[in-house]
Amino acid sequence: MYVAVKGGEAAIANAHRLLADRRRGDRAVPALRLDQIVEQLGLAVDRCMGEGSLYDRELAALAILQARGDLIEAIFLVRAYRTTLPRFGYSEPIDTGAMKIERRISATFKDLPGGQMLGPTFDYTHRLLDPSIVGEDAEVPVVREAEGEQAPRVTDLLGRQGLIEPDGELAEGEEVGDLTREPLDFPLDRDLRLQALARGDEGFLLALGYSTQRGYGRTHPFVGEIRIGEVEVEFDIAELGFAVSLGRVRVTECQMVNQFKGSATIPPQFTRGYGLVFGQAERKAMAMSLVDRALRAKEFGEDIVAPAQDEEFVISHSDNVQATGFVEHLKLPHYVDFQAELDLIRRMRAELEGVE
Amino acid sequence: MNAVANYNFAYLDEQTKRMIRRAILKAVAIPGYQVPFSSREMPMPYGWGTGGVQVTASIIGPDDVLKVIDQGADDTTNAVSIRAFFAKVAQVKTTTHTAEATIIQTRHRIPERKLEAGQILVYQVPIPEPLRFLEPRETETRKMHALEEYGLMHVKLYEDIARHGRIATTYAYPVKVEGRYVMDPSPTPKFDNPKMHRSEALQLFGAGREHRIYAVPPHTEVVSLDFEDHPFTVQHFAEPCALCGAEQVYLDEVILDDRGGHMYVCSDTDHCEERRDAGYVGVMGEAAE
Repeated sequence: MYVAVKGGEAAIANAHRLLADRRRGDRAVPALRLDQIVEQLGLAVDRCMGEGSLYDRELAALAILQARGDLIEAIFLVRAYRTTLPRFGYSEPIDTGAMKIERRISATFKDLPGGQMLGPTFDYTHRLLDPSIVGEDAEVPVVREAEGEQAPRVTDLLGRQGLIEPDGELAEGEEVGDLTREPLDFPLDRDLRLQALARGDEGFLLALGYSTQRGYGRTHPFVGEIRIGEVEVEFDIAELGFAVSLGRVRVTECQMVNQFKGSATIPPQFTRGYGLVFGQAERKAMAMSLVDRALRAKEFGEDIVAPAQDEEFVISHSDNVQATGFVEHLKLPHYVDFQAELDLIRRMRAELEGVE
Repeated sequence: MNAVANYNFAYLDEQTKRMIRRAILKAVAIPGYQVPFSSREMPMPYGWGTGGVQVTASIIGPDDVLKVIDQGADDTTNAVSIRAFFAKVAQVKTTTHTAEATIIQTRHRIPERKLEAGQILVYQVPIPEPLRFLEPRETETRKMHALEEYGLMHVKLYEDIARHGRIATTYAYPVKVEGRYVMDPSPTPKFDNPKMHRSEALQLFGAGREHRIYAVPPHTEVVSLDFEDHPFTVQHFAEPCALCGAEQVYLDEVILDDRGGHMYVCSDTDHCEERRDAGYVGVMGEAAE
């Protein structure tokens, strides 16, 4: 006989207990500590901070642990925490030109002031599984502490000769938008687009960036420069009348140099695509800069023919917290709507049978 | 990091609540118009009621009594979860009785019992734009609303008739509010549309992922779109509720076995329980003691 679908409360509590059990796994295996995640799964922590839009390694590590390593779930946890934090104001723009560099490469010049620095990269490693890294006794090379080199930005070098368009400037009296405080209002300006891309899903942006390379909105990109390192964050305190340093954050910046544009009055110049992400996140920064440039199609009078050039399409679907929520909501009950559809389809079938 | 657990009354900070209340006031002033608001990440996923939760969090006070339903029922898992959330972060009294509630947050249904003045019905909305599946671009649909250009919607309904002999939209059935804006009533079955018309309760709609709030103030005209020769009708069920014998209510079909056995029961669990308490019994129900 009919058993009412009661007991949601008990079911939820039990499911959460089971989740906690599975999260912990075999009790004979030592529990993970947050510092282990911070130190040894650093790139997962970086991704979580970047797409979670919150620079806090320990909180990101906690989120990763709590999410059992599911990074989108971890990003969601970080976002839901971040949104409750009070907003004191906005920092000064960071100066990536003054970055203490750990990695810096350019694909456009063989050598350049500041030189090429490979830094801690997977590039040129052979992707062979290496059991020797496992365990406490694994041999780890001794490394001298990086000094944090400084180097001028490649785009500044090009810019001095007028070969690349200048960094965009905000119009007089305009303030940089904040997508976490104001609803998005299409069409967007580039400030909001870049904010959305910076917290956008790495996989989604990677695929879109890739699509521009395969002819869907081609932009002829060159990696002018990728740089990874620490920059100072300064906050202007009105009462003091000057900016004070809040600390340093590690960021990855990618400046893409793209096909040139000119007009009757402006001689031809290369154009820019820009990527900036918290932590070490090179793939994300590169994909972001490709998509940024593709989304500037209208600005340059290019035909909008490909998905990566379509602002509403890209920005409306780049946020993985929104996307995962809505896709996964399909598992919530939809009894009453389905009942309405069942009723209609039965009526229509009955009518058809009546005709025959 | 241990101080993480400090949250404001009803989770959202007061600044955010004020921002949402301003959006609600604007929505009430322009019935059926979708007001953009700066939706926040909530501790439950987008698509699981974040819009409704933000609206509720902004209007709820310590004296409110909250009811949460999903599919008409108080005991579906997501309704349980949202009710528990507010019981925790706002320490408000919760209820399953429609009559007792001052705020009712709902997904997909309007309670069978007529709502009264002073009550607020908060809808969780997945896609607030009624024109979205006809025109995917926000920039276009905004223009269409501004110009009152709703021809496309009528063409869609007409095409239904041409193809199926009837309007084949059974839920999220579009309505026109106060003769001006075409509005999505959220995915409630069209059975519930007439309940929105000149309701004494305030109806608020929150779409978190889509950053929109809209409203139907009390006593507002809400008309389901139709044609003179194909007037709007609601679903009728051939059988009454098997537990309480109710007719003229929305029913869920419950499959009993793999030989086609089934029963229909009230989708509104509170309504069903109250009827059974009052002595009504359906064919499969047990008499109240």
